[in-house]
Amino acid sequence: MIVRKGDRVVVQGMTGRQGSFWTEKMLGYGTRVVGGVNPKRAGELHGGVPVFASVREAAAKTGGVDVSVMFIPPAAALAAAEDAIGAGVKLLVVLTEHIPSRDVMRMHALAGAAGCRIVGPNTAGLVTPGEAFVGIMPAFNPRIFRPGNVGVISRSGSLGTLICLNLLDAGRGQSAFIGIGGDPMLGTTVADALHALEKDEKTNAIVLVGEIGGSMEEDAAATIKAMRKPVVSFIAGRASPPGKKMGHAGAIVMGNRGSYASKRSALESAGVRVVDTPAAVSEALRL
Amino acid sequence: MDFEEAEAKELLRQAGIPVPPGEACRDAEAAAAAAGRLGRCAVKAQVPSGKRGKAGGIRLVNDPQEARAAAKAILGMAIGGYRVERVLVEKCADIAQELYVAVVNDVATRGPMVLFSRSGGMDVEEMADRIVRIPVDIGKGFQTDPELDEDIGGFVKRLYDLYVQTDAELLEVNPLVRLKGGGLLALDCKLTVDDASLFRQPGLAGKGAREKMTELERRGRELGLKYIELPGNVGVLANGAGLTMTTMDVIEHCGGKPANFLEIGGDAYTKAEGALGLVLANPRVKSIIINFCGAFARTDVMAGGVVEAWQKLKPSLPVFFSVHGTGEDEAVALIRQKLGMDPFDRMEDAVRAAVEAAK
Repeated sequence: MIVRKGDRVVVQGMTGRQGSFWTEKMLGYGTRVVGGVNPKRAGELHGGVPVFASVREAAAKTGGVDVSVMFIPPAAALAAAEDAIGAGVKLLVVLTEHIPSRDVMRMHALAGAAGCRIVGPNTAGLVTPGEAFVGIMPAFNPRIFRPGNVGVISRSGSLGTLICLNLLDAGRGQSAFIGIGGDPMLGTTVADALHALEKDEKTNAIVLVGEIGGSMEEDAAATIKAMRKPVVSFIAGRASPPGKKMGHAGAIVMGNRGSYASKRSALESAGVRVVDTPAAVSEALRL
Repeated sequence: MDFEEAEAKELLRQAGIPVPPGEACRDAEAAAAAAGRLGRCAVKAQVPSGKRGKAGGIRLVNDPQEARAAAKAILGMAIGGYRVERVLVEKCADIAQELYVAVVNDVATRGPMVLFSRSGGMDVEEMADRIVRIPVDIGKGFQTDPELDEDIGGFVKRLYDLYVQTDAELLEVNPLVRLKGGGLLALDCKLTVDDASLFRQPGLAGKGAREKMTELERRGRELGLKYIELPGNVGVLANGAGLTMTTMDVIEHCGGKPANFLEIGGDAYTKAEGALGLVLANPRVKSIIINFCGAFARTDVMAGGVVEAWQKLKPSLPVFFSVHGTGEDEAVALIRQKLGMDPFDRMEDAVRAAVEAAK
């Protein structure tokens, strides 16, 4: 799930307002966008990129697609994912928030059967500084992203952005940013992202930006114990009241499940340095 | 969206799942009349909250007089923070065995999961180790399982189909009872429908249970904003759930208390104007931190909304900005030019200033 310079990317929903804006940014950054999808505008060029009726058609006519990124509204997301998975993409980046849970589960089942990795839903995307980015992150802002050796995992786009900005302020660039998403049922978990960064040669330290809700941080503790690379973590939501969805559908504490205390103690017992504020992340990386 | 027992059972009934005969009543006289028709009954408080029995919200009655007295006692009670406005008067069953069955969206398997236990009727937490978990292939639907007796397999099949049909994230029957005379009956039922699916569930959207909400939270919902009122005095306006929670965390780290959660991330980033009005509408707010870190959400658009609202509302409260990310240069220029304020370079400094100003 670390996006590379040569990866062939197709943008579903490319001709929309957001799709157009972010495709231009991705192209400008060096992402190899080989096509866009909009059945009503197939055959046209949009911002210099050919538009196809489907990901299947894009794959057939451009010599294959590695990654698809969806700028698709919730009600149409399942059909778009079926198209991308059917076209054989290896990585599907689902930016859409508020997709019906039933459709999300179907998407995961289809992807699982086809060997396709889903990142998201409700992710801000993936950035590999100096190589490529896919999604809606300010990769092109040199105050936030520069090549380096810190791998960042974040459920949140906005908070992930702040953490990356702080890292650069402290002189640390990033090897990869993996936005895993704010939904409860994610295709790529914290543990999956940790595995990828542990294997990545450019990464020598990892920042895990967690948040309350679910049990992904707790589940990742065993993975972290077996890792060579140091992990520093900030977990959002310490001041959030229980029983309320804090913006993200996944960010809710039920009883003790998903609580800040539970995540912090699980990570600390695995040897993670958990810090109290985003500003303390880079300091902890130095130790 | 949660559903009260009466509505959930009506859906079961329509799906051909046996439930006890019963009537939802808003006053004691109606409850007495219902008991007259039904005989020995349970009078059950209707609130979207568990532990009704322990709170005294469920009583067994033998005749209309007892039903009237029970309804009088239960109506108006507060259970789980909800005032009881209705009771469900329901015919008692001859119970041979209490079981537990539920269908849920399971996060670990990213698919539907059937939960079953031969000992039902108590809190799920109390019987966690006795629950059998049966994962369901969402493509094939529920196929009966050797763990389940034949009649229960058939019951679960109908329950699973209703779970799919209603876009439920939880459909729980606890207890499911086997009757002395044979047959199964859903004695209690809990339904939670996925909020993200309500757009395609027009028949359900209006039937959900009341939600505990403050006046400001209601206004937030009307504006399409995620606003949660909190007891502190530092108003928060940020984009993205993670950054907003973090802003609250840093406020507490600096010794302050947040007055609200309010994020305008995602598609709501164009709603900064209404959002600022909402923060200001809370009379406890003494200072405001505006914390934008633009990824998808463009900070220039959000700052534009804030500036418009500020010029209209002309608040006298101190406000502190931290602005970074997509559209940052334009946003900072706009705030300087129109409001004569300088955003802080570091988010923690802006938060600390807001906390100090609220003291």
